[in-house]
Amino acid sequence: MPNRRRAAKSPYTADRNIPGAFEGETVTRRRFMTGSVQVFGGIAAAAIGLPTLGFALGPVFEREKSHWEDVGAAADFPDNTYIPKVVTTTPGVGEVGKTTVYVRRHNLQIDGPVRDSFDQYVAISNRCAHVGCPVRYFEASQRFICPCHGGVYDFRGARVGGPPVRPLDRFYTRVLNGRLQVGPRFSVNSELRRFSPRDPGEPLDGIGQYLYPRRFSTPELHR
Amino acid sequence: MRIKLPNPIPDKLRPRPRRPGDGNGNGRLTPTQATIEASKDAGISVVDWLDERTSLSGAGRWALFRKVPKGTNWFYTLGSATLFAFLSQAVTGVFLAMYYRPDATSGAYESIRHINDEVFLGEFVHGMHKWGSTVMVVLVFLHMARTFFFGAYKYPRELNWVIGVTLLILTLMMAFTGYLLPFDQRSYWASVVAVNINGTGPFIGPYLSDFLRAGPEFGATTLSRFYSIHMLLLPGAIAALIGAHLYLVTKLGTTAPPWSKAEKRSELRETEA
Repeated sequence: MPNRRRAAKSPYTADRNIPGAFEGETVTRRRFMTGSVQVFGGIAAAAIGLPTLGFALGPVFEREKSHWEDVGAAADFPDNTYIPKVVTTTPGVGEVGKTTVYVRRHNLQIDGPVRDSFDQYVAISNRCAHVGCPVRYFEASQRFICPCHGGVYDFRGARVGGPPVRPLDRFYTRVLNGRLQVGPRFSVNSELRRFSPRDPGEPLDGIGQYLYPRRFSTPELHR
Repeated sequence: MRIKLPNPIPDKLRPRPRRPGDGNGNGRLTPTQATIEASKDAGISVVDWLDERTSLSGAGRWALFRKVPKGTNWFYTLGSATLFAFLSQAVTGVFLAMYYRPDATSGAYESIRHINDEVFLGEFVHGMHKWGSTVMVVLVFLHMARTFFFGAYKYPRELNWVIGVTLLILTLMMAFTGYLLPFDQRSYWASVVAVNINGTGPFIGPYLSDFLRAGPEFGATTLSRFYSIHMLLLPGAIAALIGAHLYLVTKLGTTAPPWSKAEKRSELRETEA
């Protein structure tokens, strides 16, 4: 009875009658060349691609330095209305890098007890928590109102109407030699708990703080 | 009764075949006439020279002399119209780049003001680019609607549909990045809003916003980043994908409109015979 099973292929190219095979050679030169072209092509593509990709993506991972800006004598700010001040949030771009901050002293009846040294003054960002239009404080109604889509916030900056998903952002404040300084921005949820600065349109209540995680680029959160 | 239309070319201007009596009497051409004859053939010989070395005429015939289904109508020109809109954007964009400065401090706004107010035909070319972008977006959607309602996305044209959808997204990204470039109040705040809408995508959104702005806030490099994406990255990708889109259209042909009926059985038999 003839053996129907084919003999197992020899691993040596010489045994498989491949022309020009060397003694002890297991990989054909054609296969070796194909493989090495792919490997070196991959290395060359990565050598160009990875640095340029990192170059473009770098700012996502670069942490901003927090800076403090003087806005006036600390005694000048009342606790029952806001004083608008202009601070520079992005240096080096001229007018567009500036933003309006509404500043007042901490009011024990409205804000509750002072939590820490950054809580002695309240500095509210004028950037609407809907899509980032500039809001304005109206003294008559004691509300912040956004001209774009009708977002309304109360005296503490908490949302009372319209599309915004969270209260207005705030800035850290500190008093140095009687002068009030405004520092980095932070976001708050509806209970005014502090979070690292989020972009507008990103809710912070419930699942929101996990759907929109902290970015690498924002300054460290002061506790 | 047939109406006889006048000849488009007057008789006097029609070229006549050469007769034996022409030339200098012995049937040969005078040197002047020979030069004229040779110059008449110059175009043909240049094309022949190129074709012998590239075989481009075959590709040209393959691309242009295609069988077109019965019932093809004006709706089938929407793709070409979109292509024309893109070419118009590309040409006007290249020339706008000769005057534009992507400088956030004041250069960008100032250069756009210079283009609009001082450069000869500047407002016109800028207007072509600005309104042309709207035209292109509208045409892309109309072209897509034609493809959808005529069922032209079905087998074997699914890949072309996917390429087309990618081109739609790239076109919208062009419109988005281009909007910031004038760097006036409207474009600045519209881009702030648009980037923030980008950021509302869960998990990846905040990082996408940081990538687009080159940081946590709109800064000096945001504008140059948008400019680079708008005039280098996206046009290259769009041009390459339009090439693939056109290749597949040429290879697969266009579809007949859904209301055109199949040929009758007897006619089919005749053609088969």
